Amino acid sequence: MEPSIYQSELNLEATELRLGLPGRTNNKRSSPEDRSMSISISKNSSVDSSGPSNATDHDDDDDDHQNSVQPAKVQVVGWPPVRSFRRNSMQQQKQKKDEHNNNNGDGSAMYVKVSMAGAPYLRKIDLNIYNSYSQLLNALQNLFKCSFGEYSEREGYNGSEYAPTYEDKDGDWMLVGDVPWDMFTCSCKRLRIVKGSEAKGLASL
Amino acid sequence: MECCNKRRMMKESPESNFMNRRGSSCFPDEVLERVIGMLKSRKDRSSVSLVCKEWYNAERWSRRNVFIGNCYSVSPEILTRRFPNIRSVTLKGKPRFSDFNLVPANWGADIHFWLVVFAEKYPFLEELRLKRMTVTDESLKFLARSFPNFKAISLQNCDGFSTDGLAAIAADCKNLTELDIQENVIDDKNDNWLTCFPESFTSLEVLNFSILHNDVNFDALEKLVTRCKSLKTLKLNKSITLEQLQRLLFRAPQLCELGTGSFSQELTTQQYTELEGAFSNCKNLNTLSGLWVVTPQYLPVLYPACANLTFLNFSYAPLDSDDIAKLLVHCANIRRLWVVDTIEDKGLEAVGTHCPLLEELRVFPADPFAEGDARGVTDSGFIAVSQGCRNLHYVLYFCRHMTNAAVATVVQNCPDFTHFRLCIMNPGQPDYRTSEPMDEAFGAVVKTCSKLQRLAISGLLTDLTFEYIGKYAKNLETLSVAFAGSSDWGMQCVLEGCPKLRKLEIRDCPFGNAALLSGLEKYESMRSLWMSDCKVTMNGCRLLAKEMPRLNVEVIKEDGSDDSQAERVYVYRSVAGPRRDAPPFVLTL
Repeated sequence: MEPSIYQSELNLEATELRLGLPGRTNNKRSSPEDRSMSISISKNSSVDSSGPSNATDHDDDDDDHQNSVQPAKVQVVGWPPVRSFRRNSMQQQKQKKDEHNNNNGDGSAMYVKVSMAGAPYLRKIDLNIYNSYSQLLNALQNLFKCSFGEYSEREGYNGSEYAPTYEDKDGDWMLVGDVPWDMFTCSCKRLRIVKGSEAKGLASL
Repeated sequence: MECCNKRRMMKESPESNFMNRRGSSCFPDEVLERVIGMLKSRKDRSSVSLVCKEWYNAERWSRRNVFIGNCYSVSPEILTRRFPNIRSVTLKGKPRFSDFNLVPANWGADIHFWLVVFAEKYPFLEELRLKRMTVTDESLKFLARSFPNFKAISLQNCDGFSTDGLAAIAADCKNLTELDIQENVIDDKNDNWLTCFPESFTSLEVLNFSILHNDVNFDALEKLVTRCKSLKTLKLNKSITLEQLQRLLFRAPQLCELGTGSFSQELTTQQYTELEGAFSNCKNLNTLSGLWVVTPQYLPVLYPACANLTFLNFSYAPLDSDDIAKLLVHCANIRRLWVVDTIEDKGLEAVGTHCPLLEELRVFPADPFAEGDARGVTDSGFIAVSQGCRNLHYVLYFCRHMTNAAVATVVQNCPDFTHFRLCIMNPGQPDYRTSEPMDEAFGAVVKTCSKLQRLAISGLLTDLTFEYIGKYAKNLETLSVAFAGSSDWGMQCVLEGCPKLRKLEIRDCPFGNAALLSGLEKYESMRSLWMSDCKVTMNGCRLLAKEMPRLNVEVIKEDGSDDSQAERVYVYRSVAGPRRDAPPFVLTL
């Protein structure tokens, strides 16, 4: 029988965060056929960063009437009770999603500020929920009750009352729509809706 | 009637000689057997067999299928002696907590010696349904050779075999109608097992290989699907692409249950249209599962098929709330829904809005070990579903925290729960609004849901929860407990208070010998008791074993552990006596 991973490989018994009630001594966790379960100890938010501490030193000001099991985030064998096949399947999908997201930007949400000339408040939108310029521009037009008109490479948003612009990673203000969508989402730091007349200057460059 | 002739020749017991029979019953045996033969319910058959010897015999001769909830509670010899004419056997092996790695490998529950006995006593065996058993390739090959009428095999949560075993079944079971492999630990060796179905083979009705990892031989699969006109259930694995799915659906528009392959591939507009058409063509589809990896833009191809769906299993498809909401609009007939918690509370609100006929909901965690601000579903989603789905009677709900008030509201909205399984994933998590234990939540469940048969509890729980359970849960049959309770009293309440209790599984609770022994009288009326990482000692177990000789009291010992502690205890009733195949780490006391 394989010895407990806790004891032999990680040798964490001395600093073990345990889930038993106080007074329990031998809290062995062995995982003989556990190939996929990882055992790690995560720090509770109130514990200082010098390392995991014993659960009974927990400083939380809970008015816990009993010293019942502290909700420490220790992973134990077979908990939560999710079968291996499902766990592995979810794990694989999460990895794929993370890879996909990393290719597209920072994680699952990408909020950028949107300001509009003359408006007292800024808004924030999540660029990742849009898949194309048309979706983004529709959303902006709805949000600010304005219209951009048609985009053309040559003329920009010429003729319309407002135009969307954005600040890129270099700090330059660009007209929205010139570069491919994916490149735009990677480089856009914030958006600004400017008056058509201001944008005219950009388009004619 | 062949079986009756056999019986007349073989009957030897003095009580049933001709004169006595005529005296005590006015029905000829054939009639009695015919009548009793029509009983389908196991409970009814059990009752009938207790009436008198004639009825006992009529019942045992007319029995065609048998269900054994614990393979060690009876031996194949005893089984075959009592029931000579069985065509279908269902066997369950390991304790349920083996699903969560609490039972070491090579523990037992090997099907092989059962098959050897069946080959001799039940040569006409047609169906075998196994759950949590060890099944080797050798056993599958033996099965394929030994039973010429074999029709259906279903393996759930089994281990020990590979695709070689499947190949043997495919090649030799000429009358196979069902090959159903669910959530097993299987060695996926090659992609050729599908080619082993002979060209002349056309009888397949159910094919489920969704858990296999590797590619399968698609050509062989397509040909198989084409020639098996009675195919009703097809569950594919994630290697099957959308394009391949479309081709299969084109061949089998009669399908009732479909498990798709992966739902993400670059499709041309034409392919998209074809796929949509293929789904529209499937008029009989009532069950949909699979998806695995999803490109949400393609989900609309499913919409035409959604109206008749009653069971939607998206538990391997982490959709977000918008995607599920858009889909559920079309799924007004859904009775059973399995989802991942990526749909979040907003997705559950959509469930409540669009699926008023829902009876069963299972919400699985996408990321059970996530730390910090992990999302998922909460109390508000739970309430939202209960408000819209008043017929809900089965719930499995994984969440990170819960409140007593929310659970009370849920059961008030849905008082007909028969299965209530709440898993608050942080052990010992109190009510996050009041910081109190979750006792009142489960108290509300047992007080309100008088039909409750199955309960799984979690969160910070004291003995009060168990007092409630013992006092109110009079129909409870299965109870799962983890990281709960304060003292022996808790477990005692349950053992004394729940008359219908059959299965009790406990882990990491402060219950010791007093609790264990308080159930002395009780365990013989139960299927089994599991206790792991509690406070039970070897002496306590020995005492139990001594007092109750008809129970098997087994302790699973680990190397290097304290000799006096009994870390994992498995107690079950048995007419077969102690196990003869116990590995060295299982001590039978």
